[in-house]
Amino acid sequence: MNIIWLGLILIGVVVAAFTGRAPAVTDAAFAGGKLAIETIIGLAGLMALWMGVMKIAEKSGLMEGIAYLLKPVVRLLFPTVPGDHPAIGAMLMNISANMLGLGSAATPFGLRAMQELQDLNPDKETASEAMCTFLTLNTASITLVPGTIIALRATYGSANPAEIVGATLIASLIAGVAAVLMDYLVRLYNRVRGR
Amino acid sequence: MSVLDSLSLWAVPAMLALIPLWGAIRGVKVYETFVEGAQEGLEIAVKIIPYLIGMLMALSIFRASGAMEILARAISPLTSALGFPSEVLPLMIVRPLSGAGALGVTADLLKTHSPDSLIGRLASIMQGSTDTTFYVLTVYFGAVGVRKIRYAAGIGLAADVVGFLAALYACLWFFG
Repeated sequence: MNIIWLGLILIGVVVAAFTGRAPAVTDAAFAGGKLAIETIIGLAGLMALWMGVMKIAEKSGLMEGIAYLLKPVVRLLFPTVPGDHPAIGAMLMNISANMLGLGSAATPFGLRAMQELQDLNPDKETASEAMCTFLTLNTASITLVPGTIIALRATYGSANPAEIVGATLIASLIAGVAAVLMDYLVRLYNRVRGR
Repeated sequence: MSVLDSLSLWAVPAMLALIPLWGAIRGVKVYETFVEGAQEGLEIAVKIIPYLIGMLMALSIFRASGAMEILARAISPLTSALGFPSEVLPLMIVRPLSGAGALGVTADLLKTHSPDSLIGRLASIMQGSTDTTFYVLTVYFGAVGVRKIRYAAGIGLAADVVGFLAALYACLWFFG
Protein backbone atom coordinates (compact mmCIF):
# COMPACT_ATOMS: atom_id res chain seq x y z
CA MET A 1 0.00 0.00 0.00
CA ASN A 2 2.89 2.36 0.78
CA ILE A 3 4.36 1.82 -2.66
CA ILE A 4 1.02 2.18 -4.45
CA TRP A 5 0.25 5.40 -2.62
CA LEU A 6 3.64 7.00 -3.08
CA GLY A 7 3.72 5.80 -6.70
CA LEU A 8 0.38 7.41 -7.55
CA ILE A 9 1.47 10.76 -6.12
CA LEU A 10 5.02 10.77 -7.53
CA ILE A 11 3.96 9.68 -11.01
CA GLY A 12 1.17 12.23 -10.95
CA VAL A 13 3.46 15.11 -9.97
CA VAL A 14 6.20 14.13 -12.42
CA VAL A 15 3.71 13.80 -15.27
CA ALA A 16 2.20 17.16 -14.29
CA ALA A 17 5.65 18.71 -14.69
CA PHE A 18 5.71 17.55 -18.30
CA THR A 19 2.08 18.29 -19.15
CA GLY A 20 2.17 21.64 -17.36
CA ARG A 21 -0.82 20.79 -15.22
CA ALA A 22 0.59 21.74 -11.82
CA PRO A 23 -2.37 23.99 -10.94
CA ALA A 24 -4.82 21.20 -11.83
CA VAL A 25 -2.87 18.82 -9.57
CA THR A 26 -3.05 21.30 -6.68
CA ASP A 27 -6.81 21.62 -7.11
CA ALA A 28 -7.22 17.87 -7.43
CA ALA A 29 -5.27 17.15 -4.25
CA PHE A 30 -7.49 19.48 -2.22
CA ALA A 31 -10.63 18.22 -3.97
CA GLY A 32 -9.62 14.66 -3.01
CA GLY A 33 -9.63 15.60 0.67
CA LYS A 34 -12.99 17.29 0.33
CA LEU A 35 -14.45 14.29 -1.51
CA ALA A 36 -13.30 11.97 1.28
CA ILE A 37 -15.23 13.98 3.88
CA GLU A 38 -18.31 14.14 1.64
CA THR A 39 -18.16 10.39 1.10
CA ILE A 40 -17.92 9.77 4.84
CA ILE A 41 -20.85 12.05 5.61
CA GLY A 42 -22.94 9.98 3.22
CA LEU A 43 -21.60 6.75 4.65
CA ALA A 44 -21.68 7.55 8.38
CA GLY A 45 -25.47 7.64 8.72
CA LEU A 46 -25.89 4.39 6.81
CA MET A 47 -23.10 2.80 8.83
CA ALA A 48 -24.78 3.73 12.09
CA LEU A 49 -28.14 2.47 10.85
CA TRP A 50 -26.93 -0.92 9.65
CA MET A 51 -24.54 -1.52 12.50
CA GLY A 52 -27.50 -0.91 14.84
CA VAL A 53 -29.60 -3.50 13.03
CA MET A 54 -26.63 -5.89 12.93
CA LYS A 55 -26.23 -5.60 16.70
CA ILE A 56 -29.83 -6.75 17.12
CA ALA A 57 -29.24 -9.63 14.72
CA GLU A 58 -26.18 -10.60 16.72
CA LYS A 59 -27.74 -10.42 20.19
CA SER A 60 -30.80 -12.39 19.10
CA GLY A 61 -28.65 -15.28 17.89
CA LEU A 62 -29.51 -14.72 14.22
CA MET A 63 -25.89 -14.36 13.12
CA GLU A 64 -24.82 -17.60 14.79
CA GLY A 65 -27.78 -19.31 13.14
CA ILE A 66 -26.78 -18.16 9.66
CA ALA A 67 -23.16 -19.03 10.35
CA TYR A 68 -24.15 -22.52 11.49
CA LEU A 69 -26.09 -23.20 8.27
CA LEU A 70 -23.17 -22.32 6.02
CA LYS A 71 -20.48 -24.02 8.07
CA PRO A 72 -19.17 -26.40 5.35
CA VAL A 73 -18.56 -23.65 2.75
CA VAL A 74 -17.02 -21.36 5.32
CA ARG A 75 -14.67 -24.03 6.64
CA LEU A 76 -13.25 -24.47 3.14
CA LEU A 77 -12.78 -20.75 2.47
CA PHE A 78 -11.88 -19.63 6.00
CA PRO A 79 -10.04 -22.47 7.73
CA THR A 80 -8.68 -20.05 10.36
CA VAL A 81 -12.11 -18.76 11.51
CA PRO A 82 -14.00 -20.87 14.09
CA GLY A 83 -17.26 -22.20 12.63
CA ASP A 84 -19.61 -20.35 14.98
CA HIS A 85 -17.73 -17.05 15.08
CA PRO A 86 -19.80 -13.84 14.60
CA ALA A 87 -17.41 -12.86 11.76
CA ILE A 88 -19.09 -15.45 9.56
CA GLY A 89 -22.58 -14.04 9.98
CA ALA A 90 -21.31 -10.54 9.17
CA MET A 91 -19.39 -11.75 6.10
CA LEU A 92 -22.46 -13.56 4.78
CA MET A 93 -24.68 -10.51 5.28
CA ASN A 94 -22.09 -8.44 3.40
CA ILE A 95 -21.90 -10.83 0.48
CA SER A 96 -25.70 -11.21 0.26
CA ALA A 97 -26.14 -7.43 0.22
CA ASN A 98 -23.51 -7.16 -2.50
CA MET A 99 -25.24 -9.79 -4.62
CA LEU A 100 -28.49 -7.86 -4.42
CA GLY A 101 -26.72 -4.70 -5.56
CA LEU A 102 -27.22 -3.02 -2.18
CA GLY A 103 -23.75 -1.52 -2.07
CA SER A 104 -24.55 0.99 0.65
CA ALA A 105 -25.93 -1.73 2.92
CA ALA A 106 -23.03 -4.06 2.17
CA THR A 107 -20.24 -1.80 3.44
CA PRO A 108 -21.34 -1.62 7.11
CA PHE A 109 -21.74 -5.41 7.24
CA GLY A 110 -18.33 -5.79 5.65
CA LEU A 111 -16.65 -3.46 8.14
CA ARG A 112 -18.30 -5.32 10.99
CA ALA A 113 -16.87 -8.53 9.56
CA MET A 114 -13.41 -6.94 9.34
CA GLN A 115 -13.59 -5.99 13.04
CA GLU A 116 -14.47 -9.55 13.98
CA LEU A 117 -11.63 -10.89 11.81
CA GLN A 118 -9.26 -8.39 13.43
CA ASP A 119 -10.13 -9.89 16.84
CA LEU A 120 -8.84 -13.22 15.54
CA ASN A 121 -5.80 -11.65 13.88
CA PRO A 122 -2.56 -12.26 15.81
CA ASP A 123 -0.72 -9.36 14.11
CA LYS A 124 -2.96 -6.28 14.19
CA GLU A 125 -0.87 -4.33 11.66
CA THR A 126 -0.84 -7.05 9.01
CA ALA A 127 -3.76 -8.51 7.05
CA SER A 128 -4.68 -12.05 8.06
CA GLU A 129 -5.37 -14.76 5.50
CA ALA A 130 -9.07 -14.71 6.35
CA MET A 131 -9.18 -10.95 5.67
CA CYS A 132 -7.57 -11.40 2.27
CA THR A 133 -10.01 -14.17 1.37
CA PHE A 134 -12.96 -12.07 2.50
CA LEU A 135 -11.85 -9.03 0.49
CA THR A 136 -11.26 -11.27 -2.52
CA LEU A 137 -14.86 -12.45 -2.28
CA ASN A 138 -15.97 -8.89 -1.76
CA THR A 139 -14.14 -7.21 -4.65
CA ALA A 140 -15.21 -9.92 -7.08
CA SER A 141 -18.68 -10.37 -5.67
CA ILE A 142 -21.35 -11.95 -7.80
CA THR A 143 -24.01 -9.48 -8.91
CA LEU A 144 -27.59 -10.69 -9.21
CA VAL A 145 -29.17 -7.29 -9.71
CA PRO A 146 -26.98 -4.41 -10.94
CA GLY A 147 -29.60 -1.87 -9.86
CA THR A 148 -27.61 1.32 -10.42
CA ILE A 149 -26.67 0.32 -13.97
CA ILE A 150 -30.22 -0.63 -14.87
CA ALA A 151 -31.40 2.76 -13.63
CA LEU A 152 -28.62 4.52 -15.56
CA ARG A 153 -29.48 2.65 -18.77
CA ALA A 154 -33.13 3.59 -18.37
CA THR A 155 -32.12 7.24 -17.90
CA TYR A 156 -30.33 7.24 -21.25
CA GLY A 157 -33.28 5.74 -23.09
CA SER A 158 -32.48 2.02 -23.36
CA ALA A 159 -35.24 -0.04 -25.00
CA ASN A 160 -34.61 -2.79 -22.45
CA PRO A 161 -32.56 -1.53 -19.49
CA ALA A 162 -32.44 -4.91 -17.73
CA GLU A 163 -31.24 -6.93 -20.75
CA ILE A 164 -27.66 -6.94 -19.41
CA VAL A 165 -28.60 -8.80 -16.19
CA GLY A 166 -27.84 -12.27 -17.58
CA ALA A 167 -24.50 -11.36 -19.09
CA THR A 168 -23.50 -9.44 -15.95
CA LEU A 169 -24.37 -12.44 -13.79
CA ILE A 170 -22.23 -14.76 -15.89
CA ALA A 171 -19.28 -12.36 -16.12
CA SER A 172 -19.30 -11.63 -12.40
CA LEU A 173 -19.61 -15.35 -11.66
CA ILE A 174 -16.51 -16.08 -13.74
CA ALA A 175 -14.58 -13.26 -12.06
CA GLY A 176 -15.71 -14.49 -8.64
CA VAL A 177 -14.68 -18.09 -9.26
CA ALA A 178 -11.31 -16.95 -10.64
CA ALA A 179 -10.72 -14.74 -7.58
CA VAL A 180 -11.58 -17.48 -5.08
CA LEU A 181 -9.34 -19.90 -6.97
CA MET A 182 -6.42 -17.45 -7.01
CA ASP A 183 -6.85 -16.79 -3.30
CA TYR A 184 -6.96 -20.52 -2.60
CA LEU A 185 -3.75 -21.08 -4.57
CA VAL A 186 -1.96 -18.28 -2.73
CA ARG A 187 -2.99 -19.80 0.60
CA LEU A 188 -1.80 -23.21 -0.55
CA TYR A 189 1.51 -21.72 -1.67
CA ASN A 190 1.99 -19.98 1.70
CA ARG A 191 1.18 -23.24 3.48
CA VAL A 192 3.74 -25.16 1.44
CA ARG A 193 6.40 -22.53 2.14
CA GLY A 194 5.48 -22.82 5.81
CA ARG A 195 4.17 -19.30 6.39
CA MET B 1 -35.84 -11.32 -13.66
CA SER B 2 -38.91 -9.83 -11.97
CA VAL B 3 -38.37 -12.14 -8.99
CA LEU B 4 -34.85 -10.78 -8.56
CA ASP B 5 -36.08 -7.23 -9.04
CA SER B 6 -38.68 -7.49 -6.32
CA LEU B 7 -36.19 -9.32 -4.09
CA SER B 8 -33.78 -6.40 -4.29
CA LEU B 9 -36.65 -3.95 -3.87
CA TRP B 10 -37.92 -5.60 -0.70
CA ALA B 11 -34.65 -6.78 0.81
CA VAL B 12 -33.99 -3.63 2.84
CA PRO B 13 -37.51 -3.05 4.21
CA ALA B 14 -37.78 -6.75 5.05
CA MET B 15 -34.47 -6.76 6.93
CA LEU B 16 -35.36 -3.56 8.80
CA ALA B 17 -38.65 -5.08 9.94
CA LEU B 18 -37.80 -8.73 10.49
CA ILE B 19 -34.46 -8.47 12.30
CA PRO B 20 -35.77 -6.22 15.10
CA LEU B 21 -38.97 -8.29 15.26
CA TRP B 22 -36.94 -11.47 15.69
CA GLY B 23 -34.81 -9.70 18.31
CA ALA B 24 -37.90 -8.67 20.26
CA ILE B 25 -39.24 -12.23 20.14
CA ARG B 26 -35.93 -13.45 21.55
CA GLY B 27 -36.15 -10.93 24.37
CA VAL B 28 -33.51 -8.47 23.12
CA LYS B 29 -33.91 -4.82 24.18
CA VAL B 30 -34.11 -3.78 20.55
CA TYR B 31 -33.86 -0.01 20.84
CA GLU B 32 -30.92 0.06 23.28
CA THR B 33 -29.14 -2.56 21.21
CA PHE B 34 -29.72 -0.60 18.01
CA VAL B 35 -28.27 2.55 19.57
CA GLU B 36 -25.27 0.63 20.86
CA GLY B 37 -24.56 -0.71 17.37
CA ALA B 38 -25.14 2.66 15.73
CA GLN B 39 -22.56 4.16 18.09
CA GLU B 40 -20.00 1.63 16.90
CA GLY B 41 -20.96 2.38 13.29
CA LEU B 42 -20.17 6.07 13.74
CA GLU B 43 -16.85 5.27 15.40
CA ILE B 44 -15.82 3.16 12.41
CA ALA B 45 -16.89 5.87 9.96
CA VAL B 46 -14.65 8.39 11.74
CA LYS B 47 -11.76 5.95 11.78
CA ILE B 48 -11.89 5.52 7.98
CA ILE B 49 -11.63 9.25 7.19
CA PRO B 50 -7.80 9.62 7.20
CA TYR B 51 -7.35 6.56 4.99
CA LEU B 52 -9.95 7.81 2.55
CA ILE B 53 -8.42 11.29 2.40
CA GLY B 54 -4.99 9.80 1.66
CA MET B 55 -6.27 7.53 -1.09
CA LEU B 56 -8.61 10.00 -2.79
CA MET B 57 -5.92 12.68 -2.77
CA ALA B 58 -3.38 10.38 -4.48
CA LEU B 59 -5.95 9.24 -7.04
CA SER B 60 -7.06 12.78 -7.84
CA ILE B 61 -3.44 13.85 -8.42
CA PHE B 62 -2.87 10.85 -10.66
CA ARG B 63 -5.92 11.66 -12.75
CA ALA B 64 -5.55 15.43 -12.95
CA SER B 65 -1.88 15.27 -14.00
CA GLY B 66 -2.73 13.41 -17.20
CA ALA B 67 -0.94 10.25 -16.01
CA MET B 68 -4.21 8.36 -16.44
CA GLU B 69 -4.34 9.22 -20.17
CA ILE B 70 -0.73 8.14 -20.62
CA LEU B 71 -1.50 4.84 -18.93
CA ALA B 72 -4.51 4.41 -21.23
CA ARG B 73 -2.34 5.01 -24.28
CA ALA B 74 0.31 2.59 -23.00
CA ILE B 75 -2.04 -0.34 -22.49
CA SER B 76 -4.29 0.26 -25.52
CA PRO B 77 -2.33 -2.06 -27.90
CA LEU B 78 -2.85 -4.92 -25.45
CA THR B 79 -6.55 -4.29 -24.89
CA SER B 80 -7.37 -3.84 -28.58
CA ALA B 81 -5.52 -7.10 -29.33
CA LEU B 82 -7.87 -8.80 -26.86
CA GLY B 83 -10.85 -7.29 -28.65
CA PHE B 84 -11.89 -4.42 -26.40
CA PRO B 85 -13.20 -1.32 -28.19
CA SER B 86 -10.88 1.59 -27.31
CA GLU B 87 -13.88 3.58 -26.01
CA VAL B 88 -14.17 1.42 -22.88
CA LEU B 89 -10.48 1.76 -21.95
CA PRO B 90 -10.96 4.73 -19.57
CA LEU B 91 -13.62 2.71 -17.75
CA MET B 92 -11.17 -0.17 -17.27
CA ILE B 93 -8.62 2.14 -15.69
CA VAL B 94 -10.99 4.12 -13.49
CA ARG B 95 -13.08 1.17 -12.31
CA PRO B 96 -10.72 -0.25 -9.63
CA LEU B 97 -9.90 3.24 -8.37
CA SER B 98 -13.17 5.08 -7.94
CA GLY B 99 -16.78 3.90 -7.87
CA ALA B 100 -18.22 7.36 -8.49
CA GLY B 101 -15.63 7.97 -11.21
CA ALA B 102 -16.44 4.71 -12.99
CA LEU B 103 -20.14 5.44 -12.83
CA GLY B 104 -19.41 8.82 -14.38
CA VAL B 105 -17.43 7.22 -17.23
CA THR B 106 -20.19 4.64 -17.81
CA ALA B 107 -22.85 7.35 -17.82
CA ASP B 108 -20.81 9.25 -20.40
CA LEU B 109 -20.44 6.15 -22.61
CA LEU B 110 -24.17 5.39 -22.40
CA LYS B 111 -24.99 8.96 -23.32
CA THR B 112 -22.57 9.16 -26.30
CA HIS B 113 -23.06 5.67 -27.75
CA SER B 114 -26.64 4.80 -26.60
CA PRO B 115 -27.22 2.11 -23.94
CA ASP B 116 -28.25 -0.44 -26.59
CA SER B 117 -25.04 -0.21 -28.65
CA LEU B 118 -22.26 -2.75 -28.21
CA ILE B 119 -20.18 -0.21 -26.28
CA GLY B 120 -23.15 0.75 -24.11
CA ARG B 121 -23.93 -2.85 -23.26
CA LEU B 122 -20.28 -3.75 -22.69
CA ALA B 123 -19.77 -0.78 -20.36
CA SER B 124 -22.89 -1.76 -18.40
CA ILE B 125 -21.73 -5.37 -18.01
CA MET B 126 -18.17 -4.35 -17.10
CA GLN B 127 -19.49 -2.03 -14.43
CA GLY B 128 -21.50 -4.85 -12.87
CA SER B 129 -18.89 -7.60 -13.03
CA THR B 130 -15.99 -5.78 -11.35
CA ASP B 131 -15.53 -3.77 -8.19
CA THR B 132 -13.88 -0.65 -6.84
CA THR B 133 -10.94 -2.69 -5.56
CA PHE B 134 -8.82 0.15 -4.17
CA TYR B 135 -11.74 1.81 -2.44
CA VAL B 136 -12.81 -1.45 -0.81
CA LEU B 137 -9.24 -2.22 0.31
CA THR B 138 -8.74 1.31 1.68
CA VAL B 139 -12.00 1.42 3.59
CA TYR B 140 -12.04 -2.16 4.89
CA PHE B 141 -8.43 -2.34 6.01
CA GLY B 142 -8.57 1.27 7.21
CA ALA B 143 -11.51 0.50 9.49
CA VAL B 144 -9.45 -2.00 11.49
CA GLY B 145 -6.10 -0.22 11.19
CA VAL B 146 -4.36 -2.88 9.11
CA ARG B 147 -1.50 -1.31 7.15
CA LYS B 148 0.25 -4.28 5.56
CA ILE B 149 -2.28 -5.74 3.17
CA ARG B 150 -0.08 -8.49 1.69
CA TYR B 151 -1.46 -10.06 -1.52
CA ALA B 152 -5.02 -8.64 -1.28
CA ALA B 153 -4.45 -5.84 -3.84
CA GLY B 154 -2.89 -8.21 -6.37
CA ILE B 155 -5.76 -10.67 -6.28
CA GLY B 156 -8.36 -7.91 -6.33
CA LEU B 157 -6.86 -6.35 -9.45
CA ALA B 158 -6.39 -9.73 -11.14
CA ALA B 159 -10.06 -10.46 -10.44
CA ASP B 160 -10.98 -7.16 -12.09
CA VAL B 161 -8.98 -8.11 -15.19
CA VAL B 162 -10.77 -11.46 -15.34
CA GLY B 163 -14.06 -9.60 -14.84
CA PHE B 164 -13.35 -7.29 -17.80
CA LEU B 165 -12.46 -10.20 -20.08
CA ALA B 166 -15.50 -12.19 -18.94
CA ALA B 167 -17.67 -9.10 -19.52
CA LEU B 168 -16.37 -8.73 -23.07
CA TYR B 169 -16.95 -12.36 -24.01
CA ALA B 170 -20.31 -12.57 -22.22
CA CYS B 171 -21.37 -9.42 -24.08
CA LEU B 172 -20.31 -10.79 -27.46
CA TRP B 173 -21.98 -14.11 -26.67
CA PHE B 174 -25.31 -12.54 -25.64
CA PHE B 175 -25.47 -9.64 -28.07
CA GLY B 176 -22.76 -10.23 -30.68
